[in-house]
Amino acid sequence: MTASELPAIKNRSSVRLLNQLDPITRPVLLLLVTAVDRILTPIQRRVGIDKMGYFFVLPNLLIFGIFVLFPMLLNFYYAMTGGTKLFPEDRPFVGLDNFATLFDCENFSQPNSCQEDLFWRGIFNTIQFVVFQVSGIVLFSLITALVLNRNIIARGFFRSVFFYPVLLSPVVVALIWKWILQHEGVLNAILELFGGESMRWLLDTNWAMFWVVFVSVWALMGFYTLILLAGLQSIPPELYEASSIDGANTWQDFRFVTMPLLMPTMFVVLVLSLIRAVQMFDQIFVLTGGGPGTRTQLMVQYIYTTGFSNQIQLFGLSAAASMVLGVSLLILTLLQLRLGNQSSLA
Amino acid sequence: MPYRAILENLPLDLAAGEGPDMARVTDLGGLAEYYLDMTSHLSDPDYWEENFGPFLNWKRLPGDDSSIPGFMTQLTITGPFINRTLFEQAGIDVPSDMSDSVTWDEWAEASRAVAEALEIPYPMAMDRSGHRFAGPAISSGAMYFDDMGHPTVMDEGFRDMAERFVGWHLDGTMHPEMWPLSEGYAGANEEFANAELVFYMSGSWQVGQFSEQIGDAFDWQTVPNPCGPGGCTGMPGGAALVGIGSTEHPAEVARVMEYLASQDVLGEFAARTLFIPAHAGLSASGVDFDTDLQLAKDSLGVFVGQVGTLEQTAFDLQAYAFNRAVFDASRDRLTQAMVGELTVDEAIARIQDDVDTALAEQG
Repeated sequence: MTASELPAIKNRSSVRLLNQLDPITRPVLLLLVTAVDRILTPIQRRVGIDKMGYFFVLPNLLIFGIFVLFPMLLNFYYAMTGGTKLFPEDRPFVGLDNFATLFDCENFSQPNSCQEDLFWRGIFNTIQFVVFQVSGIVLFSLITALVLNRNIIARGFFRSVFFYPVLLSPVVVALIWKWILQHEGVLNAILELFGGESMRWLLDTNWAMFWVVFVSVWALMGFYTLILLAGLQSIPPELYEASSIDGANTWQDFRFVTMPLLMPTMFVVLVLSLIRAVQMFDQIFVLTGGGPGTRTQLMVQYIYTTGFSNQIQLFGLSAAASMVLGVSLLILTLLQLRLGNQSSLA
Repeated sequence: MPYRAILENLPLDLAAGEGPDMARVTDLGGLAEYYLDMTSHLSDPDYWEENFGPFLNWKRLPGDDSSIPGFMTQLTITGPFINRTLFEQAGIDVPSDMSDSVTWDEWAEASRAVAEALEIPYPMAMDRSGHRFAGPAISSGAMYFDDMGHPTVMDEGFRDMAERFVGWHLDGTMHPEMWPLSEGYAGANEEFANAELVFYMSGSWQVGQFSEQIGDAFDWQTVPNPCGPGGCTGMPGGAALVGIGSTEHPAEVARVMEYLASQDVLGEFAARTLFIPAHAGLSASGVDFDTDLQLAKDSLGVFVGQVGTLEQTAFDLQAYAFNRAVFDASRDRLTQAMVGELTVDEAIARIQDDVDTALAEQG
């Protein structure tokens, strides 16, 4: 049987392509095409060719529905319930009470004046962490990508070095840095070697946030550097040749050629790093436990502690907090996409 | 299985009806609604009442005075360990050698003096646990329950120890990083075993570990719980092996439990693990602990002797089903006071608020 004999294969180029295959692969593939055709043709006759697209995305939609949409809806329902029971049917409906509890504040800038002070501490810490971490990641990833895009010595080696921390588990990263930053750690040993004084890096409230951001940037920037590097390499070299002929210097190259063409990639980096920063949990949990006190406790840790770690588990409050987190993230992402679109149009 | 999994995952499994047949738990009363009452499956329920009677209430729901859900695999008592060798090297007398009722302040002063003399980094440390803090608080006069039996921390005794404890963290008497830089439980075993710590408030379950980790490398010793206006008490506690109500094999669970709870088996378990048995028969006959280390035997002797000094409040608090709500809030809010996020008074008010909110949700 040849490909042209099959009713399912009518396209000439497909027939040509199939006929070029080796004698073992071709019959197997033809058998497969025939089997699929026998299943799909009756369906197509029934629903019409316009609606076949839905049929093809159905498996993915099912997976999305079961594992993403349904839990989201369930979470929404939990946020409207109280008590400590696990199953939804055992939980009393309380409407928006959990949200009211979260937003019960005399002064939003003073977490101690809020009923759920830890939630607001989590919000403020998260905002601070996200601003510094995302800025740090974008800035250092860009610089690193620009350097690694040049013809430097051992370029392949340095590309691997910067990417290596991405391969490590966040827990391992946190443990390594805990070992470096603890009072009897490597950093203090080096400082003392040069006559400096040892410090309790993670116990100082300001240093703790700095190190949490630093470790996170160190661990993740390799991934974003790789994305930006790909973006840089997709810029046609002819544009640099043209700008050179026009007498542009290095800064003008960067300002008027590199940055405008890299902007779509930068937005990808910005959105991805922002989402990841807001979701940050494991690394900080191991490095500082959210401390000192609650100085590095982010919103996700509040959600985890309230819902799972405490003896009396407040699933409703935890779900409400996660809704607030999700909506904030959605707004931020939409804002970024809008800005990105405007920038592309410009 | 890690301890955190027992604390955090097991309750969810049990609530979902997917728990194991049996479980070893420390949140004794908090999970009581999921336990199996084995009474009808036991060949001799009286044996359980006679030998485990005082501790069965810890595993029962309020109002239940008859179910037999399991047995205590170990009784624990919180109390301090000291590194006697450091005291000797510093030429400073061990306070408990000179008095039967040493206060917390006296221990703090002596520990600071030893640490200063020998340049030891940590004079004192206490496990990061509200349960561990409760003993000293009760000794300072904390009542933990109001007249209606509702948990409260709004009294002068609790405030007194809270203020002292926070102050010790600020002036470097207590290990400065352990409480502020951890989430959940944290211990100072490593520091104590490395002779970097003079005085360590922990509990009897450490004896086995210290026997292995330290052995006789230096003289470690258990000393009686420090005293205050409310007594010289630690906290009782322990772990229990319980049957789970959702099991499909209650009779088999009861049979296995009967074997494990028999005096011979439990006696051998206590002897090998160096745990204090919570079994009347074994308490009467004594356990020949399986160690040649005199330091370990002495420590266990001190802990057993402490049972008589425990205050009734300590037993009531241990028996209270939602004690972890009080312990966890105490631990987390006092930590905030240590780093200046809250004052001690604000922290105490927050502890009370957290407990009240949680109990209101519990219903």
